[in-house]
Amino acid sequence: MKFDFNGDKPIYKQLVEVLKYDIATGEYQAGDKLPSVREFSAMFFVNPNTVQRALNELEDEKLIITNRTSGKFVTDDHKLIDNQKKSLAIKALEECLKKLERLNISDEQVIKYIKDRREEK
Amino acid sequence: MSLVEFHNVDKNYGAKKALSDINLKIERGHIYGLLGPNGSGKTTLIKLINDLLTPTSGEVLINGLKPGVESKKIISYLPERTYLNMNLRVEEVIAYFKDFYTDFDEDKAHKLLDKLKIDSKTKLKTLSKGTKEKVQLILVMSRKADLYILDEPIGGVDPASRDYILNTILENFNEGSSMIICTHLIADIERILDDVIFINDGKIVLNESAEEIRSVRKMTIDNLFREEFKC
Repeated sequence: MKFDFNGDKPIYKQLVEVLKYDIATGEYQAGDKLPSVREFSAMFFVNPNTVQRALNELEDEKLIITNRTSGKFVTDDHKLIDNQKKSLAIKALEECLKKLERLNISDEQVIKYIKDRREEK
Repeated sequence: MSLVEFHNVDKNYGAKKALSDINLKIERGHIYGLLGPNGSGKTTLIKLINDLLTPTSGEVLINGLKPGVESKKIISYLPERTYLNMNLRVEEVIAYFKDFYTDFDEDKAHKLLDKLKIDSKTKLKTLSKGTKEKVQLILVMSRKADLYILDEPIGGVDPASRDYILNTILENFNEGSSMIICTHLIADIERILDDVIFINDGKIVLNESAEEIRSVRKMTIDNLFREEFKC
């Protein structure tokens, strides 16, 4: 799994984003043990200190917890994970809305497009 | 005290200045990219750390001591050109490393060779160029060193082998130890670096954190290099 990071933005920030998605989508579930720094580093082809920095940031946001003897785990606070999912969704939506506003389409129309699109799938 | 320190180091080859007034610190737990065009002084700098050359003036300190027997025990070095006897079998080279370096982990070396399906009875000279390079990397990474110095580790190999090599480096380097990777193939390795050192005409022209370069200059290290060394 070699991620395509943008080389012109800090990699740790991009890694935080990737891991947030992995937690929100259940790739790593509530209470799961996470790979070690070294494993993440080899998995993503990035510097171990970069991994550590990304994990620290996720820890500051309480999404992961360190157990001193057994490693790092995803939080078992489901509410926190749900909130995380919501904020990722809103972020995606905002990017999308910016473009839609330029196209000058009503909210009703947008919602209709979304529904139609989902039915097609 | 840093792991490696250069204090006002000059190195001349006769009348030619190879390095001038180098001041540099290599910290523990960091991966450095030593980057510069051909003939810029990269290999000279590395050879000074490895006690293969001595400075014309100034001093190099490893763990506070001059390079020598003690520093060789803690530095695992992959030279650009091999020094191994190609008539030896893989298992003989392993025995040689085991005798030579107390920090050599024989089991690890065998495991890594098995993964590549390399038979340890094979003579080095019968291996392909790419496989030879992998065997040498395995030997170097199987030591529990404080400092790994890799001179052009991905120079002569195809992209798939590059991935193998980077992966082997990341999975096996001793936690808390440092690494200096010398290369001109920057795009392939920039994501594994902590710090970037640019060297040109025997002088250090930049020494910065890789993430700093990305966030402040909003550039890849490869692009910064191309800009800095435009012909």
